[in-house]
Amino acid sequence: MEHIISVLVENKFGVLARVAGLFSARGYNIESLSVAPTLDPTTSMITIVTAGDDRIIEQIMKQLNKVVEVLKVVDLTETDFLDRETALIKVHTKPQHRDEAIRIADIFRAKIVDSSPTTYTIEITGDVDKVEALINLLRPLGIRELIRTGRIAIARETTRTTSPRREPALLKS
Amino acid sequence: MKKTGADIFVESLRHEGVKTVFGLPGGVVLKIFDVLCQQKDIELVLTRHEQGAAHMAEGYAKATGKPGVVLVTSGPGMTNIVTGLADAYMDSVPLVAFTGQVSTNLIGNDAFQEADNVGISRPCTKHNVLVKDVNELAQTIKEAFYIAMSGRPGPVLVDIPKDVSTEKAEFKYPDKVNLRGYNPTISGNKHQIKQAAEEIMKAKKPMIYVGGGAVFSDAADEIRELAEMTQIPVTMTLMGLGSFPGTHPLALGMLGMHGGYWTNMAMHYSDLLIAVGARFDDRVTGKLSEFCPEAQVIHIDIDPTSIKKTFHAHIPIVGDVKAVLRQMNVMLRARDGNVSEVKALRAPWLKQIDEWKKAHPLTYKQDSKITKPQFVIERLFELTKHNAIVATDVGQHQMFAAQYFKGTKPRTWLTSGGLGTMGFGFPAALGAQKAFPEKLVLCITSEGSFQMNLQEMATAVEHKLPVKIVLLNNGFHGMVRQWQDLFYEGRYSASYLGKLPDFVKLAEAYNILGLRAEKPGEVESVLREGLKHKGPVLMDIYTDPYENCYPMIPAGGAHHEMMLEDPPELTQAKKGGSHKRKVDEGEGVLPA
Repeated sequence: MEHIISVLVENKFGVLARVAGLFSARGYNIESLSVAPTLDPTTSMITIVTAGDDRIIEQIMKQLNKVVEVLKVVDLTETDFLDRETALIKVHTKPQHRDEAIRIADIFRAKIVDSSPTTYTIEITGDVDKVEALINLLRPLGIRELIRTGRIAIARETTRTTSPRREPALLKS
Repeated sequence: MKKTGADIFVESLRHEGVKTVFGLPGGVVLKIFDVLCQQKDIELVLTRHEQGAAHMAEGYAKATGKPGVVLVTSGPGMTNIVTGLADAYMDSVPLVAFTGQVSTNLIGNDAFQEADNVGISRPCTKHNVLVKDVNELAQTIKEAFYIAMSGRPGPVLVDIPKDVSTEKAEFKYPDKVNLRGYNPTISGNKHQIKQAAEEIMKAKKPMIYVGGGAVFSDAADEIRELAEMTQIPVTMTLMGLGSFPGTHPLALGMLGMHGGYWTNMAMHYSDLLIAVGARFDDRVTGKLSEFCPEAQVIHIDIDPTSIKKTFHAHIPIVGDVKAVLRQMNVMLRARDGNVSEVKALRAPWLKQIDEWKKAHPLTYKQDSKITKPQFVIERLFELTKHNAIVATDVGQHQMFAAQYFKGTKPRTWLTSGGLGTMGFGFPAALGAQKAFPEKLVLCITSEGSFQMNLQEMATAVEHKLPVKIVLLNNGFHGMVRQWQDLFYEGRYSASYLGKLPDFVKLAEAYNILGLRAEKPGEVESVLREGLKHKGPVLMDIYTDPYENCYPMIPAGGAHHEMMLEDPPELTQAKKGGSHKRKVDEGEGVLPA
C-alpha cells in the first residue's frame, strides 16, 4: 500500500543522502521525494511517497526516527490529509491542436505558462488523480516533456497527527 | 586564548577521558599527530594497518565499555577502517573514528588522498560529520562521543579537514550536546513491563534469550536475578556470551546455528521467549517460519528498529535492558515471594531440558594422531581457570570457542558476530590488552583469519602487549570447507590454504615467542609454556583438517532439525577415499 511520510529534519548538508540511503540500503523504493525548508529555516521537510506492507512501513518509520538529524516522522496516510503535486507539461501542438490544448487546460484550470509556435507548456497543480487525468488527456496531442515535483502533503487540522497504530514511545516528539 | 584545531582536538579528547588512541599518521593529520606527541595524557598506539587500529579500538571498547578512539588519515587511511566501522556498526560497538580530510578548499577536487569519507561511511556508521569550521570542532567531538555511547551504541566518524586542524578558534569544551532529533528511550513502558511480568509468572516453558545489548548495558546482575528468581533457563547469542555465567546451572550456552542440541530444542518447544538486547539474527533463528512456534515473545531492546524487524513480538518493550530488567525484577519480587512454588512450576521444563542435554551433549571423538580443536579450547578453559579475556576470529575456531570456553563474566568475550570479520581477533585482543595490561588476554584464531592482520605483531611487541595467540592450524578455511563437505560434495574450491608460512618462524621474525604442537600429546605442554610466558606468544597448534562443527542447523533449517554429526554419506566418503578432494594433501605444512 502507498504511504506518504513526512520527515522533519535538520536543514544540514548530507541529511537527504542519509534518508535516501536508508531506503536504498534496505531495498525499499521511493516513488517520489520532495524537500524544502520549513517556516523555521533550520529545518527542512522531506515528503516521501513509498509503498510497502505494514511491516516494511513500520521499519521505515523506525529507521527514519533513528537518524540523528531527523526530528519528527509522520505517516500521513493514517490521517486525514491533503496532498498536492505540480507538473509542467510541454505539449507538442500542431496548428490544428492548439485550441484543443487550451480547452483541456481550461477544464483542469491549468495554466499555459510558456508557448512557442510548436508547443505549449502547461502548469497544473492538484492531487495525483487530477494531474494524471490531465496528462492522459494531453497524451494524444503528443507530450514532449513532462516534469512532476513529487507530492507534498499536510495533515488536515482536525485530525490527530500521530498514528494511532504505533506505540507512542517509538515516535520522537 | 585561541587554539588550533589540533589542540582543540586533543583537549576535547582529554575532556572525554580518552587515554588511548589507535591510529596511523598521514599527510592531512600531521598537525594533530604533532600535538599528540607533545603531551602525555593520551597515548597513541601506532598500528601497522588502519584496519588493525579500528579492530583494536573495538577490542578496547568491548572490554572496557568505554568508547574506542581511532585516528587515521584521509583517503586510504579512511577506506582501510571501513571494515572496522561496519563491524562495529553490526555489533553495536561504541567507536569514535577521526579521519583526516583534505583542506576544505580542495574537497571535491580529487585532491591527493581524497575520498568522500562521510559518503563512504554513511551506511556503516551510527552517525558521521564533516567538520567544516574549526569553531564547530569541539561541539562536534562532544556530540560524537555522546552518540557513540548512548542508546544503542555504535561507531561515529568525524572527518577533519587539514585546514580545520591548523586554524584557530576560542576553545571552551561544551557541557551540553545540542541534538534535537536524538533522544534514546531508557526506561521501559510500565504497562508493558507489568504485562511481561505476568506472562513470566504464567509460563510453563519459558526461555531467556540474551544478546549483545545485555553486555553493553551491563545487565549481567539483573539477568542473573531474573533467572534465579523465576527459575528460567538462559541462552545467549554469540554476542551475548558472558552476560550470564556459562557455568551456571541455568545456563544453556549458545543457541542458533551451532548452538547446543538442548538449547535449540528448548527454544523450539518454549512457550515464552524473553529476548533481552537481542535482534533475532538469521544465524540465531534459522527458518523464521518455524522459529519458536509456540512461544509468546517479550522483546526488550533500546533500539526500536530491532523490535518486529524480523520476528514478531507480543510484548515489545523499548528501553535500556538494564533499566527495564530492574523495573521488571522489582515487580516480580513484589508479586511472588514464594520461590518453591516457582521452582515447582518450572521443574518439569528444566528436567526436560536436562534430558535433552544428556541425550546429546556437546561431544567430539578424541584421536591419538591428530589434535581436535575442541580439545584445545577445553584445555585452555581449564588451564586459565575460566579467567581470561578471549578474543576470537571468525570461523570454526570461533564456534568451538563459543561452545567450549564457557565465559563467566561480561566483557571477556570479544568476537565479530554480525559482520563475521576474519582478521578481527588479533587486533581486538591487543586493544583489550592495552586497556588491561595485567589481565590474561587470549586470541583464539586460525591460520586463515590470523593472516588477515598478522602485521600487528609489531604493535604487540612495541607496546609490550603480552597477548597469547592460540592458532588452530587446520590448513583450511575450516567453515568454508565444512560447508563444501556438506553441501558441495566435497569440492574444496579455494578453501585449502596450501602455502602456509611457518608461523613459529614468523613470530620469531617479529620477536615473539613461537611454539608449535604437531601432535595431541604436545598440546598440553605448549599451552602451559605459552600461558606462562611473560610476553606475547604464538602457539601454532596443528588440528584435524576435517573436523566439523556440530550441532549445526543447516542454513534455512529450523531449530529442531539439527545435524549432530557428519551425515553417513560424508563419513563413508571420508573412509572409502571416494571423497572428492581436489587437494594434494602432501603440500603445505599440514601434518602427514
